Amino acid sequence: MTAINPIAFYLFAGVALAFSVMTVLRKNPVSSAFSLVMVFFSFAGIYAILGAHLIATLQVLVYAGAIMVLFVFVVMLLNSDSPSFDFRRTPALFRVAAGLVCAALFVLFVRVFKNSPPVLTPGAFTAEAVDAAGGNTRVISELMFSEYVLPFELTSVLLLAAIVGAVALAKRHSVAKPVSKKGVAHVAATR
Amino acid sequence: MSLPPVEPWVVLAFSAAIFFVGLFGLLVRRNLLIILMSIELMLNAVNLTYVTFSHQLSSMAGQMSVFFIITVAAAESAVGLGLVIALYRTLKTVDTDEITLLKD
Repeated sequence: MTAINPIAFYLFAGVALAFSVMTVLRKNPVSSAFSLVMVFFSFAGIYAILGAHLIATLQVLVYAGAIMVLFVFVVMLLNSDSPSFDFRRTPALFRVAAGLVCAALFVLFVRVFKNSPPVLTPGAFTAEAVDAAGGNTRVISELMFSEYVLPFELTSVLLLAAIVGAVALAKRHSVAKPVSKKGVAHVAATR
Repeated sequence: MSLPPVEPWVVLAFSAAIFFVGLFGLLVRRNLLIILMSIELMLNAVNLTYVTFSHQLSSMAGQMSVFFIITVAAAESAVGLGLVIALYRTLKTVDTDEITLLKD
């Protein structure tokens, strides 16, 4: 385990925390979406600090690239002036209760993380060992095609299912034209 | 000025903070899009927990899990946004208070 650079970590962590609060509280959905992009980039920086270079790259490509483009597209398609984007519409008591529950659970988690002893023994992939084996990306790819090859292949099935599902959901269903009574009955039965 | 190196529990506490900011958004917001964004925040926080443990324990299993979680998150957001589009087309709203198809 190598030491974590404090200046870079606190910089990225502060940016991520500030922009995640903005994502949750902003009224304008476009500014929520772009705050989320900043959070994703800061997370990529933290992954890089922790030595997970492939994960940092994937974070930028998949989250800040693909997922955010999807979100921004949908924000543009929908009516962003609707009052549902204002979080003040939820009852004040509910907001306070939700905040208290989240804060209490956060304190609990911090206490557990701070006080629990390390229970697992460290593995073989120290930073030096990873560097000697050719770097983070090489080590992960070798693991992916040896030890984790079955989950990797199952992931492709999952992605195929997601593509089919997304297309089936977002496809515009053609409005049934009442050509004949039989046709209408048929359409009503199938839908 | 030189700060001491960051302990792993500080990173874990930070990811817990992001997770609960996301949970707060999930509970408080009434718009499906923002709720999906909050879920993405929570998924990211969990990914950071995995990577921190992977760093702390010198193991690659955490980073492999994050790889698969990123894939699942991409699939989840594609299907979720497809659902949002379908819902908006049917009801002309993405407000969770107005989606009461099964109540009446």
